Order: sequence, then C-alpha cells, then structure tokens
Amino acid sequence: MTTKVTEKRMQEREEHPMERLLRMDRIPHIWCPTCGIGTTVTALAVALKQLQLDLNNVAIVSGIGCTGRVAGYTKLDSFHTTHGRAIPFALGLHIARPDLKVIVFSGDGDLVSIGGNHLIHTARRNVDITVICVNNFIYAMTGGQVAPTTPITARSATSPYGNYEHPFNIPLLAASSGAVYVARWTALHVRRLTVAIKEALTKRGFSFVEVIAPCSTLYARLNKLGSGLDLMKFYHDNSVIRHGADPKEVNIDYQSKIAVGKFVDIEKPTYLDCLNNAYKKKFGDKYKPYGGGNGDK
Amino acid sequence: MKADPKNVLTGSHYLDGNHASAEGGIAAGCKFFAGYPITPSTEIAERVSRRFPLIGGVFIQMEDELASMAAILGASWGGVKSMSCTSGPGFSLMMENFGLGIMLETPCVLINVQRGGPSTGLPTLPGQADMMQARWGSHGDYEVIALAPDSPQESFELTIHAFNLSEKYHMPVLVMTDECVGHMTERVVIPPAEEIELVERRYTDKEPGEAWPYEPTEGGVSPFLPVGKGYKFHVTGLTHDYRGYPVINAETQETNVRRLIDKVNNHVDEIIWLEEKDVEGAEIVVMAYGISSRVIQPAITKARKEGIKVGQIKMVTVWPFPEKRVRELAGQVKSLIMVEMNYGQVFLEMDRCAAGKCQTYLVGHAGGTVHNPDDIYKTIKEAVK
Ligand SMILES: Cc1ncc(C[n+]2csc(CCOP(=O)(O)OP(=O)(O)O)c2C)c(N)n1
Ligand code: SF4
Ligand SMILES: [Mg+2]
Repeated sequence: MTTKVTEKRMQEREEHPMERLLRMDRIPHIWCPTCGIGTTVTALAVALKQLQLDLNNVAIVSGIGCTGRVAGYTKLDSFHTTHGRAIPFALGLHIARPDLKVIVFSGDGDLVSIGGNHLIHTARRNVDITVICVNNFIYAMTGGQVAPTTPITARSATSPYGNYEHPFNIPLLAASSGAVYVARWTALHVRRLTVAIKEALTKRGFSFVEVIAPCSTLYARLNKLGSGLDLMKFYHDNSVIRHGADPKEVNIDYQSKIAVGKFVDIEKPTYLDCLNNAYKKKFGDKYKPYGGGNGDK
Repeated sequence: MKADPKNVLTGSHYLDGNHASAEGGIAAGCKFFAGYPITPSTEIAERVSRRFPLIGGVFIQMEDELASMAAILGASWGGVKSMSCTSGPGFSLMMENFGLGIMLETPCVLINVQRGGPSTGLPTLPGQADMMQARWGSHGDYEVIALAPDSPQESFELTIHAFNLSEKYHMPVLVMTDECVGHMTERVVIPPAEEIELVERRYTDKEPGEAWPYEPTEGGVSPFLPVGKGYKFHVTGLTHDYRGYPVINAETQETNVRRLIDKVNNHVDEIIWLEEKDVEGAEIVVMAYGISSRVIQPAITKARKEGIKVGQIKMVTVWPFPEKRVRELAGQVKSLIMVEMNYGQVFLEMDRCAAGKCQTYLVGHAGGTVHNPDDIYKTIKEAVK
C-alpha cells in the first residue's frame, strides 16, 4: 500500500511541470517569498507543457533584474544578457534560428526603460518572438528605485516623497508599436496567464504579455501595502477583465483598478515574411526564401 | 574549411576599403549583419544589404548600435557568422555588448572605420584615436584582438582573418580601419574560393547533459554547444563557472577572468602579425599600423638614402601588443618611433615596453588627415642624434 502511494507520488513528482523546466541544480533561487515572478515562471512552465513543445526547440533570453534571473533558472538554451538588450539579442538568435521558439522574459525597467527603444522597434518589425514582461512598478534588483512604470504618488527608493512622473501604459506602447498579440494578467491569474502565454507562444509575430506582479520586499514595503501575498491578492481582486479593451484605456494608477485580458490579437506578416515576400517579388526564382542561418544550403 | 564559391567574387576589382571589407565578411561566410548607419562606415552595410539576399544572408538595420551589437551576438549563438561595422560614436555604444561578447566568448567581427573624435568629431575625416578604446573600451579586465588594414586589399583579407580568429579564440575580433582606407579605391584581388581558408565553429562531440559551455581545455576555449539540440545550456554576462552558471565570489572571478586573458596571452605568438623591413641592424625603427604604415614610406626612403639605418614594423595586429618584440628591439636600437593619427595611444605601449632602454618618439596629431611625411622625416633625424 505505502509503496504504491510512494510510487504514485514519485510519478506525480516526475511529471511536475516545474521540474521539467527548472534547473534543479540551481535551486534555491534568489527570489523572495511571495514575489510575483515565481507564479509567472510557473505559468510559463505549464504553458510549455500544455503546448507539448519540444523543449529542445525553445530558447529563453533575459536582461538584467530580478526578473532577468529567469533565464538562469530555466532548463532551456538560456541567455542572460545585458540590461535592456534581451530583445535585440533574441532578434539575432531568432533570425539565425527561426525554427526555435524564442522567449524574452524580463522586467519592466529592463524592457520599457533602458530597453524601450528595442521593444518598440522589434514590435514595429513584428519579429516572431514572445516577450513576457513582469511589471512590479519598480527597479527591484537595484533596491527599489522609481521606474517608468511607477504609478504617480507611489514611493520608491528614489521617489521618497511619491512619484510625480507620468508612467508608461505598457500594453499601449506594445500595441501602438505593432505587436500582434498583447495581453495583461496579474501574477495570481495563474490559469488565465498560462492561457495567454500559450496563445502568445503560438502566435506568429511579436507577442507581448504583461504580468502585474508584487515585489514584496521593496514595492510593497516602501508603500506599506502589506505582504507580497496581500499585494498579489489586491492586484487580483482589483482587476477587471476587459478582453478587447482599447489599449489607450488600460493605464494603471496607484492602487487603482487594473484592466486585464487580451487587448490585441491580430494577424500581420512577420519580419521574415516581409523580408521573404519583398525579395521574392524583386528577384523571382533567383531568390531562395530565407529559412535560417543555413538558408542557402 | 574552404570558402563557399557562392560567396566569393573571385577576380580583380576596383574597390574602396569599405566595399572590400564587406566582401571579406561575405567570403568568410558571414550570414548576419546588424548595423546602424554612420559615416565613414556605411558603405560596408550598404554593400552587404545589396549582396545578402541572393546568398542566404540577412542584413538588418537596427535601431541603434547597442541593439546591433546585441543582435550579432544572438545570431552568433544561433550558429551564424555575424558582423557589424561602425565608427567612433557607434563604437562607444557598442562597447556595452562588446563586453558581453567577450564574457560569453562569442565569435563575431566588428569593423570600426575610425574618424576623428572625441564625440561627433570629424565624421568624414580619418583618425586612429579609438585604439585605446578598442583595447579597454568596455569595463573590466580582458584581452582583445584588433587588426589594422592599410589598404582595400588588406580590408578584404583581414576581415576574413578576423572571422577566423574569432572562431578560433571565441571572441569578438576588431578590425580597426579608418576613413582613409575605407574610402580609398585600389585594386583588390579576390582569390578563388578554394584558396580562402576558413575556420569553422567547433561544436562539442559530447552528449547533452555531459557538456558545459566553459570547460577548461588546453587551448583555453571549449567546443561550442549548439542551440536547439537539447544541451539546454546557460550563459550569462555575470561571473560564471565552467557550467555557465553565475557564481558571485572572488575565486570564480579569478578563474573566469584569467580564462578570458589567458586564451589570448597564451597564444600571442600565433596571433601577433608584424611585417618587418630592414630591422636587422637598424639604428632606428619606425612602427605604424593601418594607413600610417603607408604614410611613413617616403620619409623612410629619404632617410635611408641619406644613409640613416631606419627599419620599419607594420603592425597588422595592434592588439595584443607585440610586447616581446619591442622589448627585444629596445635593447638593440637607438630609437623607436611610433607614427599614429592620435596623440600617442599605441605609443604608450611601445614606450612602456621600451622601458628606458632606447629613446622613444611619437609622431602624432589629432587626426583629420594623414601625417605630413616631413614630420616623420624630421623625427627620424631627431631620433638618430
Ligand atoms: C547598463 C546598466 N545600468 C544599470 C544596471 C543596474 N540594474 C540592474 S537591474 C536594474 C533594474 C531592473 O529593473 P526591472 O527590469 O524592472 O527588473 P526587476 O528587478 O524589477 O525584476 C538596474 C537598473 C545594469 N545592470 N546595467
Ligand atoms: S526584490 Fe522584489 S522583485 Fe526582487 S525577488 Fe524580491 S520580491 Fe521579487
Ligand atoms: Mg521591475
């Protein structure tokens, strides 16, 4: 009897989606308890499992930050690059190997501040990669400084009297730059977030998923918002599902209601589609469609 | 391996240095180019953008040089030979991910067509004042390899050589040319593909699960792990161990940085490429690189006609610096002269290695034009005293 139970547990254990995706030899990780990054990684793991993707063909690229550490914990071909440059690195990798699924997993500061230019241009080109952005409204890794996503009045280590700069509305930024898939969920919408990541990974073109996540140690503490779990629940409970909402209307104020859902899901030729179509038109049969680094072989 | 005939424009052409550099990259098998326009380097990107579609390459004009450098690293990890080109202001931006390329040990080639600086400086006129930036421009300790072509022919050849070195030593390699070479048109002889020797990427023969990206090896670099084949490797710009995993302590830092330094330093004899003339028995040796190594000729001829024993060394590789050779010469000659279009950058190294054993002279200026041969001649006369 006991043996059977143990065996069953062992089997379950082996099938645990996290173990399939995590580098167990690097656990324990550096993230704080109740940090929102964890559930987001879980959502990615479950999404990859449910999609039954061959993990050999999935690569992940991160920038720098607490979220930027994700690449280091995922058992995929994984690249931990420089602050803000995960997207252009991923672009190069994708063009060299269009047969791979390339995921960028990074923070709001990394993707929207220092990497903002790369975000908008890669969305504009509709490069076929998936970007997962953990928005904790703060630069967590460096100790909780103000970010271009910090809501007005929120405190941070460098906005000690409350932030007064207008923040970015990230879905609007991604959508207006040309992303073909844009969704937002909170870190506690694990099931819906998983669906969104699955859709993003399946989408051809530049897909973008924003995850509103608590930084328990810095943002929650500096703003006296309770524990990470309190804040995670707050975000979840104050979110309003508004599929198809105009991205112009999904900005977030300090501790306000949060519009979540799938805001954009459109079809558009990808960067490589456009490149191939243009050259095919110009050169006719002389042109061999580019299919990867060994395209001419 | 030999070059692919499809990529090689065999024959005799009139090309400027920039077009020749582009052809060198293409002949070397480069299939990904990411760059951002900047004078005086743009002709390289323009030629690549025209040539790539029919030979299976992708050219992309990025949003800036930060992205360009990051993109060629990504493509190189995807197994594709990659390059970019730029000039001073763009070189500054590229230093960020040049450092990542050094740290991740990523083969690729970066051509800097030098113009006058600092800042926007002289967009259309030559300089050689990025040489120390090439050496130390990204933060941290590391070694670099930088080549300096003196002509369109060498722009072609050294770009291929740069790719070969980058694949051999797993690092970005710099081609430090200048506006003069970039824009001068001369005959360039492109040999048949079978005469172009290429170094291809060496991949591990170990199974997934058994191989790590930075295993210690005798030569200092470990075979590459291919993406998409189940190795599921990790690489990071953080200080890392042989597994590619970040380890934040002094001991790992020492091993990691020593690895980056030793893989070059232990092979300087193979890497360093000097062309010496009349050095045997010389009283004075003039050192120069790139275009300056041609500009010194009239002054040397004139001085030799007068019976002054002047030898010359053209540094095809500037970094790593030929420390051993300069130390040796310093004990034999009366004076060493460095001629460069800056106020004494590579001169600093020459002077350091001379260690007071001979006189050292700099013929330098702020850039914008090549040297006046008279200035070089006068320095030779001064140095022989
Ligand atoms: C060029 C550069 N500038 C600054 C830093 C310092 N830095 C590291 S992480 C970070 C902010 C990260 O914020 P975010 O992307 O929001 O990630 P989080 O830690 O919040 O997950 C900064 C500024 C750096 N690593 N590189
Ligand atoms: S500091 Fe904040 S973002 Fe970073 S791990 Fe801790 S809770 Fe998460
Ligand atoms: Mg953040």
